[in-house]
Amino acid sequence: MTARTRTLVLVWIVLMVLLGLTLGASFLPLGAFKPVVNIAIGLAKATLIFWFFMHLREVSGLIRLVAFAGAVGIVIMLALISSDYLTRP
Amino acid sequence: MSDRPAVHSPYAEAAQQRDADLLGMYVFLVTEVMLFGGFLSAVSMVRVLHPQEASSAAQHLNLWLGSMNTAVLLTSSLAMALSVQVSREGKRRPTIIGLCLTAALGLVFLVIKGVEYYQEYREGLMPLSDGIKPLSKPGEQLFFNFYLVGTGLHALHLTIGIVLVAGLVWGVFRSRVQLPHRAVTVEIVGLYWHLVDVVWVFIYPIFYLAR
Repeated sequence: MTARTRTLVLVWIVLMVLLGLTLGASFLPLGAFKPVVNIAIGLAKATLIFWFFMHLREVSGLIRLVAFAGAVGIVIMLALISSDYLTRP
Repeated sequence: MSDRPAVHSPYAEAAQQRDADLLGMYVFLVTEVMLFGGFLSAVSMVRVLHPQEASSAAQHLNLWLGSMNTAVLLTSSLAMALSVQVSREGKRRPTIIGLCLTAALGLVFLVIKGVEYYQEYREGLMPLSDGIKPLSKPGEQLFFNFYLVGTGLHALHLTIGIVLVAGLVWGVFRSRVQLPHRAVTVEIVGLYWHLVDVVWVFIYPIFYLAR
């Protein structure tokens, strides 16, 4: 098994552990923090997939920037939507 | 593709050409991110506006089948990543085996999803189900309809992914995709496959874990 193959398998194991964690956390009485925890674990999983499976760790900065632009777009959208719905009396 | 030189105009070198190929695919993937991102943001707002109803509707979803499907899709992504790895080393047979495994796991996902949809139809949760309707409140029905559209759109993307991977297997098998110098073709199909996986990584907590 080469070093690269070992890395990919290791990432998969971490992804499965994170799946177990998020499933377990959904049974805990976390209240309003439950979605926060679940989305945070989702973000961690997505980061691992982008960085290792989708080659972002080995490509040029330009491609990383394009990929990051997608995330920035979502953050802007969520910020604008939240500024409306989360602040209504 | 076999008669195509490794580097073609306007590129000067193979690395530059590969970067351009990946960049083009990433630009497309960002449009997909915005499509699903907009949709899932709307679902999040439904959850903010109707917390009780979203939670009671989510309790009708099959958490175990949903979790199993997450594991199936993550494993298919590993198979795809390993296929890309061996395709770069020019190993044809392992690439074909890895890609077949990826597509097979995609099919397993669709079968499990189909079983889930059928169960939901039998329970009267679907818009066209007859008999008793467990979802009576508007917020519950809204959440469930979002679930149907979201998972349906994802399943459509996965179906396209399976067709792409099957076409790629055929191309590698018939040596129309020459390895390793056209390994970027495998990488690009892989990028699409992994993005469909990432979309599910967010669908799973936003719908199934909303209980």
